[in-house]
Amino acid sequence: MNPAGELEDIKAVSMHGIVKRFPGVLANDHVNFELCHGSIHALLGENGAGKSTLMNILAGLYQPDTGVILINGKPFTFHSPRQAIEAGIGMVHQHFMLVPSHTVTENILLGLDKPRFRMHLKEYDHKIAELGEQFNLQVDPRARVWQLSVGEQQRVELLKMLYRGANVLIMDEPTAVLAPKEVEDLFRTLRTMVAAGKSIIFISHKLHEVMSIADQVTVLRRGKVTAADIDPSTVDRAQLARLMVGRDVLFTLEKSPQKPGDVVLSVKGLEAENDKGLPALRGATLEVHSGEIVGLAGVAGNGQRELADVITGLRRAKSGHVLVQGEELTNKSPCMGIKMGVSHIPEDRTHVGTAPNLSVTDNVIMKTYNLPPIGRGWMLNSIAAERYAVKLKDAYEILAPSINTPVRLLSGGNLQRLILAREISSAPMLMIAMQPTRGLDVGAIEGVLRLLLAQREAGAAILLVSEELEELLSLSDRIYIIYDGQIMGEVLDGDIEKIGMMMTGTRLELIQQQETLSTGA
Amino acid sequence: MTETSTPRRRFPISFQLEPRLTDTSRWLSPALSLGAVVVALLIGGVILALVGSDPWKTYVHIAKASFGDIGVFSDTLVKATPLILVGLACSVAFSMRLWNIGAEGQFYIGAFTASTVVLVPLLPDDSPGWLFLITMIAASLIGGALWGFIPGFLKARFKVNEVISTLMMNYIAVAWNNYFIFAVWSEGGFQMSKVFPKNAWLLRLSDFSNQVPAFRGLTTHFGLILALVATVVVWLILYRSKWGYEIRLIGDNPEAARYAGIPIARHTILVMMLSGALAGLAGMSEISGVVHRLQGAISPGYGFTGIIVAWLAKLNPFGVVLVSVLFGALILAGREIQPSGVPKLIQGIILVCLISSDFLMRYRIRIVRRAEEM
Amino acid sequence: MDLIIIFQAGVASGTILLFATLGEIFAERSGVMNLGVEGMMLIGAMSAYSIALKTGDPWLGVLVAMLAGGILSQVHAFICIQLQADQVVSGLSLTFLGTGISLVLGEGLSKAGAVALLPSFSIPLVEKIPVIGEIFFRDQNIMIYVGYLLFPLCWYFINRTRPGLHLRAVGEYPAAADALGINVYRARYFYVFVGGVLAGLAGATISLAISPGWFSDLTTGGQGWIAVGLVIFAQWDPFRAAFGSYIFGALRRLILDIQRPVLILGLANPFHYNPYYGFFLQMLPYAFTIVVLVLGSREAMRKRLGAPAALGLPYIRGQ
Repeated sequence: MNPAGELEDIKAVSMHGIVKRFPGVLANDHVNFELCHGSIHALLGENGAGKSTLMNILAGLYQPDTGVILINGKPFTFHSPRQAIEAGIGMVHQHFMLVPSHTVTENILLGLDKPRFRMHLKEYDHKIAELGEQFNLQVDPRARVWQLSVGEQQRVELLKMLYRGANVLIMDEPTAVLAPKEVEDLFRTLRTMVAAGKSIIFISHKLHEVMSIADQVTVLRRGKVTAADIDPSTVDRAQLARLMVGRDVLFTLEKSPQKPGDVVLSVKGLEAENDKGLPALRGATLEVHSGEIVGLAGVAGNGQRELADVITGLRRAKSGHVLVQGEELTNKSPCMGIKMGVSHIPEDRTHVGTAPNLSVTDNVIMKTYNLPPIGRGWMLNSIAAERYAVKLKDAYEILAPSINTPVRLLSGGNLQRLILAREISSAPMLMIAMQPTRGLDVGAIEGVLRLLLAQREAGAAILLVSEELEELLSLSDRIYIIYDGQIMGEVLDGDIEKIGMMMTGTRLELIQQQETLSTGA
Repeated sequence: MTETSTPRRRFPISFQLEPRLTDTSRWLSPALSLGAVVVALLIGGVILALVGSDPWKTYVHIAKASFGDIGVFSDTLVKATPLILVGLACSVAFSMRLWNIGAEGQFYIGAFTASTVVLVPLLPDDSPGWLFLITMIAASLIGGALWGFIPGFLKARFKVNEVISTLMMNYIAVAWNNYFIFAVWSEGGFQMSKVFPKNAWLLRLSDFSNQVPAFRGLTTHFGLILALVATVVVWLILYRSKWGYEIRLIGDNPEAARYAGIPIARHTILVMMLSGALAGLAGMSEISGVVHRLQGAISPGYGFTGIIVAWLAKLNPFGVVLVSVLFGALILAGREIQPSGVPKLIQGIILVCLISSDFLMRYRIRIVRRAEEM
Repeated sequence: MDLIIIFQAGVASGTILLFATLGEIFAERSGVMNLGVEGMMLIGAMSAYSIALKTGDPWLGVLVAMLAGGILSQVHAFICIQLQADQVVSGLSLTFLGTGISLVLGEGLSKAGAVALLPSFSIPLVEKIPVIGEIFFRDQNIMIYVGYLLFPLCWYFINRTRPGLHLRAVGEYPAAADALGINVYRARYFYVFVGGVLAGLAGATISLAISPGWFSDLTTGGQGWIAVGLVIFAQWDPFRAAFGSYIFGALRRLILDIQRPVLILGLANPFHYNPYYGFFLQMLPYAFTIVVLVLGSREAMRKRLGAPAALGLPYIRGQ
């Protein structure tokens, strides 16, 4: 037998028959997965398909109920992340696992056996800088993590794994927080690492990225493998999409052409800081009319959250104005906006939008408890509240055992329906919707989008903030692009190229100048 | 992983903890409270046996000494009265996750301000009873509210940890009271004030023994009525009013409350004032209804027992009444138990068991059969 | 009113606070708030005194006190870490429990007779240094000297060693530590244990060194709570903890001494003429603690640093 041939047959990672159950859900259903040496293998699937679970098992965070894991042909059982790292498996999570107040070096050294007791950080600073040079992942070892940009933090995570001698790197949705240019940098880095002998597993739900970077693709849907080891150059996007969702993803929503009405929301020159005290909004200006959906596109972390917070009164603006129907709402408390009919679908469903241990009823009346018929004078009419809760539960198909169930027991989709029910049923005049479909399965997404369109028809002004460009394109009448706390421009024709350029910092005027120049010549 | 050469045998049954996916039955919560008390009494019994007392005799004695006949039951109610009010005070604050450990101090200050009506004096000694009643109640409410306001303000404005600040206020309140008892209002050199004029005493059942002979010797006083009225009021506030809804919302998720436009700082101050006022009322009830004077020892730790009462009652006002009677019995009869620290120890064990049992509200124990492993 | 004496006594009684504060710093740095310090100090004081009485060996008493505090702390650790209960309520319940246990087991202890105490001595040569020598190195109990060594060691451990790095990570961002193989639960159990041990040590220092005797639940006089407040003032740093503890100790001595002289600064001393004003003096340490809390909280707000980010939150993997 040819030794070289034998070596080729041994995969870097081989997972067989992996089953993992969580209370109420079968996350991995007899999944097989193989990673060849020196390749980039993408794991594709929509939210909740089981990709992260599978990789968390490989990385030692969970134990499979049944199944076998082979690393370089040898069986392994990982009871902790440490054991996986020792076997050469390193994972870079979607939400970085870095201690913000510590330096880069301290983060990289965390959990290691060396230095034994006393720490002399300076020599380690050198070592880490060298490692960064080697793999094109430069970052200042003495910087504190909270001072770094998102791209730099991702580099720290990679260095953390490389420092520990990881040969297999798992990247979980690495491009979710990167601008297009940073994504290119990342892809270049990944190819460098592959050339240096590493193997990479790339988890994503973004079809176009997977097609451009991966050598092989495995598709998961609802815990099962629907396609394994596909070479992306041999399939087209529609096929992959179908394997991902089971049907044609690109559903069309009926969006009737509508003439927008008067200005409802006017934001002028807003300046505000983020939670770390750094400027997040540097003079943002935009307008939303009644009867239209205005999208706000942009990579996460460019000020969207702060903008929504200022408009809804949850954050102070240092300067600038927020006017709703002509009235000055800047820096007033949230209840003023609520009284005027401003509704807010928050990004963080569980931590901001709901009270987990209170009942469905208590959560549903959060915006209307002050007004009759539920609130009269000092008292709360509990019968009216319950009637209201039942009405909303039926109308919005919120699945829950009863209206007294504590809301923490509801699924993500039902929680979002509850929040939408609450925000929409008060017939808002202005709606700020932040990532309303994040983390939902396809059925729930469709429902949410239809509800938003219905509100538009009813005359509401909607500001839709989303990271899914396709969602924005299909729903919005106009799209603003935000970058580094400023509005780069507005797009009416859904020109993706223009949008992409603005998302990375080029202003609309500049793009238009270049256009006229090139046509002139 | 290494190959095992010999088959390993495991215990055939294992217990696994699972987060609950469905809501629990309504009876689970009070059942857990009851269970905690039972377990605590068992453990207490063991300790009693270890130090040489007979646990069964001790417990029977406690039961007899507190519920045995109408006379001792009346005394139990007397001990329960301030507990109800302090329990309500703690329930209100805890519903908003404001850890008011200062009920003891607010109790003392409420007693102090009520005494000023009589001892300064603010009203002449021969004023009618109802006038004394109203002014003393008002004074105690104001005093307690003030004592609650201070830590409430510090938390709202400076984010000062209210556990420590309310606790410190306890010590300050006792010292304040002591000054007045020893120096200003001392009666005959003793550490207590003069006895209050009769009109300032709260009515007792025994005051009506002429009309109803069965009431002779019964010490239950008007404070119990005040406590029961307060119970209904607090229940209405917490579960039927807008303010109560806001309080519970803040307690469950302050972020959501902010997002709903509820001013948290303002509520912090108001709730601490309400809580303090209730505890202050307890102080007034105790000195006007029981000892009829201001003295150094007016509380055997009601402020702290009230915390346990509130927790055991799961912050429900009506539950507070029930639990207060039980603890009133423990305090009353517990005075005769040797060693004297046992009632306090049992209280501590109850609280520990109670907190541990809360866990079972969120997790379920599942028995899993495990096959032999090869 | 001799300032030297005040500071000398201050350093002595401040050592009690120092031990308790250092212990709480370790627990809180790992993310667990332990409000049961008062109960653990009481159990430490009681058991130290009781063992010293029965065996005549104060060092055995110290050892038992430390163990008792540590064991009690593990109850709190189990409830908070395993059962994910609210840390504030759990800590409170431990104080009740610790108080109860020490009252029951310590019954009759105060009338039990003479007890062998921990030795006091001066450090030769150094004690001759004017002011500093007299305050810190003359006629101090051995526990005081232990305190001098302990807090710099704690600082070094937390900030300059690998296990200290792990400790800080567990309290700031336990998910990161967990992902890298650090057992967050085990670390928290351990550092809560350290907190309990030091609280027990503080209790032993009271009953066998500074205020010998057992006075049931008056023995600690709320110092356990003051220690928790001092942690905030110290911004979780051992050096500042030492500073705060010694100042507090001096304050307690000042309160006693200020009542003696007839004149203060040439004016009639109100505390001498009306001894009842002493009650207001009694309020001082507690009022001071509140002031210290306000200062500490404001500083934390200003600096945007302050408490370990994960303090008070149970760690659940996957959240």
